[in-house]
Amino acid sequence: MNNVLRSTARCLQSGAWHYRTAQNNGELLSVWARLMCSSAAQTNLEEMVKKDKVVVFIKGTPAQPMCGFSNAVVQILRMHGVDNYAAYNVLDDQDIRQGIKTFSNWPTIPQVYFNGEFVGGCDILLQMHQSGDLVEELQKLGIRSALLDQEKQS
Amino acid sequence: GLLCLMLSTALRCLRPSSCTLALSRQLAHHRHPMDPSGPRPVETTIRTKLTQALTPEHLEVINESHMHAVPPGSESHFRVLVVSPQFEGLSLLQRHRLVNETLREELSTCVHALAIQAKTPQQWSSNPSLAKSPPCMGGSKHDDTMTEKLKAGRD
Repeated sequence: MNNVLRSTARCLQSGAWHYRTAQNNGELLSVWARLMCSSAAQTNLEEMVKKDKVVVFIKGTPAQPMCGFSNAVVQILRMHGVDNYAAYNVLDDQDIRQGIKTFSNWPTIPQVYFNGEFVGGCDILLQMHQSGDLVEELQKLGIRSALLDQEKQS
Repeated sequence: GLLCLMLSTALRCLRPSSCTLALSRQLAHHRHPMDPSGPRPVETTIRTKLTQALTPEHLEVINESHMHAVPPGSESHFRVLVVSPQFEGLSLLQRHRLVNETLREELSTCVHALAIQAKTPQQWSSNPSLAKSPPCMGGSKHDDTMTEKLKAGRD
């Protein structure tokens, strides 16, 4: 029993999505641990998207995006002066990569969340930026877009 | 009950998707990958499904795979522009979800990226422009799952 608890605990550690089956126990335990991981993964994703006001799932990192569409999301946020956000690199973790697609019911990366609510992918963020809606949405989050200050200066 | 479920699941696996057809055709015909007259089953399927589901006034389906780090002849990255009255009153997210639902099978198999523009006829007539995709940053090169996806045409 202790071994199962240990492997489950390892599962629930943040960032530690993998588990090791207890040495002396067979497949049944590993299946159980995996089920615990799946529901832990689901719960974890829910926590992840709610923990920060702005959460993005991208390929690569904000410093080094590995995909043009993910980079577009990063650049748009940068333009608006949003620098305090959570960015999860799906290339680092296939469980997050697949999990977030199921969780959001959205088939592609990047994915953007505001206040725990799914906003959309790169296309939607871009259109929100172009239409001015993004400034408004950021305002609702209590984030003042840098573009507002730029307008003042000119 | 259970036997029926198992059988139908097995049959579903055996039925070739448009993605596996694309790959087997490419292999069978030994055509030059950049041959524009080559079969494009995925593009065709996307066009057909979007037409049937969304009755668009205007539809563009563009294979952008050549812009990305995937082999020539791939059908993995697409851009679609759909102009449909069905989008009236729907938020951007709702519109995109409609498109995603229509192409659920393709998106869960060989279509790796889908850029979407979903406009109402009024929006299109006031701004008839196709957006451009950002330049590739080579992500597929570093993506182990892409090789499998392109080989198998399956998740």
